[in-house]
Amino acid sequence: MTTFDIELLVLLPILLPLSFAILMLFAWKNLQFQRIINVVAGSTGFIVAIILFSTIYVNGIQVVAIGGWKVPFGIVLVADNFSAIMILMSGLMGFAVAFYSIVTVDTANEQHFYYPLLQILLMGVNGAFLTGDMFNLYVWFEVMLISSFVLLALGGKQEQLEGAVKYVTLNLVSSMIFLSAVGILYGMTGTLNMADLAVKVKLVENQGLVTVVAMMFLVSFGIKSAVFPLFSWLPASYHTPPVAVSALFAGLLTKVGVYTMYRVFTLIFDINNEFIGTVILIIAGFTMVTGVLGAAAQNDFRRILSFHIVSQVGYMVMALGLMTAFSFAAGIFYIVYHIVTKTNLFFISGIVERIKGTYNLDTLGGLFKKYPSVSLLFLISAFTLSGIPPFAGFWAKFTVALAGFRIEQYLIVGVSLFVGLLTLYSMTKIWNYAFWQDEKQESEVEREFYKISINRKYLLYSPSIFMTVVILLLSFFAGSAFDFAVLTGEQLANPQYYINAVLGVR
Amino acid sequence: MTLLLAIVTGILFTAGFYLVLRRSLVKVIFGLMFLGHAANLLIFNIGRLTKGAPAFILEGNQTAVEPYAEPIPQALILTAIVIGFGVQAFAIVLFKKAYQMIGSDDINSLKSTDRIA
Repeated sequence: MTTFDIELLVLLPILLPLSFAILMLFAWKNLQFQRIINVVAGSTGFIVAIILFSTIYVNGIQVVAIGGWKVPFGIVLVADNFSAIMILMSGLMGFAVAFYSIVTVDTANEQHFYYPLLQILLMGVNGAFLTGDMFNLYVWFEVMLISSFVLLALGGKQEQLEGAVKYVTLNLVSSMIFLSAVGILYGMTGTLNMADLAVKVKLVENQGLVTVVAMMFLVSFGIKSAVFPLFSWLPASYHTPPVAVSALFAGLLTKVGVYTMYRVFTLIFDINNEFIGTVILIIAGFTMVTGVLGAAAQNDFRRILSFHIVSQVGYMVMALGLMTAFSFAAGIFYIVYHIVTKTNLFFISGIVERIKGTYNLDTLGGLFKKYPSVSLLFLISAFTLSGIPPFAGFWAKFTVALAGFRIEQYLIVGVSLFVGLLTLYSMTKIWNYAFWQDEKQESEVEREFYKISINRKYLLYSPSIFMTVVILLLSFFAGSAFDFAVLTGEQLANPQYYINAVLGVR
Repeated sequence: MTLLLAIVTGILFTAGFYLVLRRSLVKVIFGLMFLGHAANLLIFNIGRLTKGAPAFILEGNQTAVEPYAEPIPQALILTAIVIGFGVQAFAIVLFKKAYQMIGSDDINSLKSTDRIA
């Protein structure tokens, strides 16, 4: 591949969704066309992500200076191992959700620009994963947020609007804190390029102010990734939109916050700063515990899953707070496994809702007898989420705990193991109520479900089956996946690789 | 002037956070706007205030001559204002819709998504 090809390849995850979204807007009344284009967009996005991933794997970090500006002055896009993994995950999600949306999203929502918004959302997420410029990151955040606002409120039911009010308010506050922090950082160093910042922040005389800015970033990204005590918008809103949107948000959006947290705290701020590490670990502990306790109290399929996101984000943040190369590797593996598993659980909750017409556990029941295959799909994901060997979740939790043991942080490891037990409890709860208990009565919705053609049923199941296959691959080839995560962890722990790649260009 | 702007920024941040914590939806919107303005003014102030100076290199010169205005913070603010405008416009419409549907602008009445169902 020539340099031009690679530069184009790095740009494609941003350009493709944008072009497809524009294409869809030209045919905004033709839903069938939009559905097909969306599937095409999802598939090409996935393929591009795979090619990008393998290119990065072979050729190392790739840097694109937009508009040919010399490096610290213009905007750069940087694809290192971590970015490549995240782009791959977003491609995977775009692919699965494209199929899942066809059956589960109402026509009324589709008419209100559901598909273009979905593509714009993916563009924002990919941009945030690729950019190497702080202010550009803010812009991508806003692209992502504004489309997620609309997707969340799409349909305009009361609970959606209530959830959206909280989501919008907290995320806007977070953006403003982020913007202020970027401004102060610029004032101190005179640069916005992340690699350049990494060099210059260490030369700043007033290191106390640097820590203050670091904490502003922590609060801002903390709101976006839903850590304790800033998570309240997530369980208030994630269970309200169409389930395809829920699945996409659960899989990708909070992970963008976690990704930026990893990026900023490994690259820009000193990785050996004990204060930052301790603060992150304390937050992680509380996040894990509150999330899982919240889930245990709930009685609704999607609400339990929403609270679990909070709890699981705690593990990822914990891996960051341990601040070793191995813990970063564990954290990255955790992020990957969690995106796949959580999305699949939301997919299954959508299937259950489609069959029974409700998410409420009290009125569900009898699914195991009538739909053993759906139950099996749920069981695999639930086992994975609660960390039962040999599934991927076990390896993820095991490596995170191991990373903690290696640097003798026994308290946080203890908390994480205890939380794992409680996760199992709430998964058992869903299993008992929705699948295991006897069916109360056959609902009207279920009789409607019988009439759906077999092709549409397969279309409904196939994204979940696909995700389950990915989970199984991740479980049984955890070794090779983790090897790559270790490489990525090394790259994060030694920011010099990133800095050299960016500042050495041209 | 720098000191004055710093004080104004501080007041805007304070007022913004205070209003966001209020129970009325309208006040929350004003709070969000104040926070946006505060962040923009902060960047503006950090980028050094120069009165009546150009932000580009004069003809015939190789480098910028003091005093010159720094262009980057201005570009940042311009972007942030545009984005902020769009987001706030959406927020106003959303809050109005929520107000119409719930029939109250008291945030404490937005509880249906938090109750254990």
